[in-house]
Amino acid sequence: MSDVQSEAVWPAIDAAETTRAGVQWGAVQTLWQREIVRFVRQRSRLVGAFAQPLVFWLLLGGGLNNSFRPPGMPVTLTYTAYFYPGVIALVLLFTAIFATIAVVEDRQAGFLQGVLVAPVSRATIVLGQALGCTTLAVVQGAIFLIFAPTVSVPLTVAAVLATIGVEVLIAFGLTCLGLIIAWRMDSTQGFHAIMNLILLPIWLLSGAFFPASGATSWLAVVMAIDPLTYGMAALRRSLYLGDPSAVASLPPMLPSLLVLIAFAGVTFWVAVRTAKRAAA
Amino acid sequence: MSTDALVVDGLRHQYGQRLALAGVSFTVARGEIFGLLGPNGSGKTTLFKLLSTLVRPDGGTARVCGRDLLREPDAVRRQLGVVFQRPSVDGKLTVRENLMHHGHLYGLRGADLAGRVKAMSERLSIADRLRDRVETLSGGLQRRVELAKGLLHQPRLLLLDEPATGLDPAARREFTRTLSELRARDGVTIVLTTHYLEEAERCDRVGIMHAGQLIAVDTPDALKARVGGDVVVIHAAEPEALRARIAERFGVELALVDGALRGERPRGHEFLRDVVEAFSGELRSVTFGKPTLEDVFIQLTGERLWDGGEAAAA
Repeated sequence: MSDVQSEAVWPAIDAAETTRAGVQWGAVQTLWQREIVRFVRQRSRLVGAFAQPLVFWLLLGGGLNNSFRPPGMPVTLTYTAYFYPGVIALVLLFTAIFATIAVVEDRQAGFLQGVLVAPVSRATIVLGQALGCTTLAVVQGAIFLIFAPTVSVPLTVAAVLATIGVEVLIAFGLTCLGLIIAWRMDSTQGFHAIMNLILLPIWLLSGAFFPASGATSWLAVVMAIDPLTYGMAALRRSLYLGDPSAVASLPPMLPSLLVLIAFAGVTFWVAVRTAKRAAA
Repeated sequence: MSTDALVVDGLRHQYGQRLALAGVSFTVARGEIFGLLGPNGSGKTTLFKLLSTLVRPDGGTARVCGRDLLREPDAVRRQLGVVFQRPSVDGKLTVRENLMHHGHLYGLRGADLAGRVKAMSERLSIADRLRDRVETLSGGLQRRVELAKGLLHQPRLLLLDEPATGLDPAARREFTRTLSELRARDGVTIVLTTHYLEEAERCDRVGIMHAGQLIAVDTPDALKARVGGDVVVIHAAEPEALRARIAERFGVELALVDGALRGERPRGHEFLRDVVEAFSGELRSVTFGKPTLEDVFIQLTGERLWDGGEAAAA
């Protein structure tokens, strides 16, 4: 039985050619949109990703305000103010975690099963998921900016735009990191261990929670390796665009952005590879 | 041969050390309804995963409407409609949203897609529920949304994994009827896995699976004709002892399957009458019937199709 014969018996498929970039992009959009609609219809996720960091911020800020005196920081900086950008990163992290946990079940017994047998590439699927989760995270991170005046962050229009841009990069990288884990797992059982051992430490050691200047030397080395350290630096520098002296001890903007872009690119690439291997 | 909708050629797969599928070959003609019957763990779900392109086989290949599973997976995907055992509809989305998302994944859009959603929902009698969230629908209706989704892009081969699971007998019959209509109207080829006898009985041909192998393929009638005669089943307090005594007295070797004596006899009613007269004190019950596909399975494997409890559900 030759290919020519089978072509004659089964004429060419009249459905759209899926190799066309437009169709793949249409699939990205549809997956992206689905993430957002699902989120809006599940109020509990909003509470988890937004309210929890808010509570952390208020409690830890209130508790540590008077005992927090790190070296190399302005004396006027309270812990509540120091922790504020860190909490924004935590909002991004939590949204990425919750969104990617959902992927595990979605793949085993949900909508994703059907997506996996559709004529779309794995890169398309991962991009749709990542953009959807990133959007959710950034919207919540942007809403958090309304608290900036309470901690004397000198927000300008440029600062807001820069901050949102940095939030997009951080959220995309963290979401892809979550997807790498989610695509490897068959159940959500182990996700909590991974969250505590990998995702939260990445955040804890990024300068979000305490500055590298006051950390033990070996910890400072680990913090310098943590890609999110540069995400935090870019975030703080964007927020304090109107007052660079407040963030003078941090890594400079341009290298931080480059590390952040590389982080987003590499995690995306690994997530696509993982998705290909998980269900080829 | 090239008109066959599905040509499976030596498909093999293993999970780690466990061989789930040990080289399976069969063909399904265009417009046929083909059932894969077997107990859990027989390899039929693995076969479904390979054919639906979810998992790459470790050996062998298949051609779906002339396209090779390994070399042209995207061409295969475009021709396949897949209905999973577990729901693949998003409960948080409405019926229409589910169908629209599905269409976009297949490159459908605009008026064409809207028209298909309308036509397919009318066809499967879910048109009045298009605006409802799927999670508010009954199990039977959700199943029909699954089917509408699987058919929206006009596949040539519809693959269904245990479509009867979770449906009550009435909904199950209704679902089978819908499949027959689809075949009649669109000429779509249907391959389904099942462990329900009645569902397998309604297929044009049935492949029986056991321990990762396809052990028989034929029409349900031809398979049952292989058993030959009537099926007699005898429950006794001491089946082993009775088995020996029946062999001694009548020269008939019965098989001991799942605690009961079982055999196929050309004139089963006469044989049973003789057994009852000779050993009435030792019998708990005797049954007699025309062979079913389960009898075929038992004859081929020496095992029952289900273990204990689940048999009652069929």
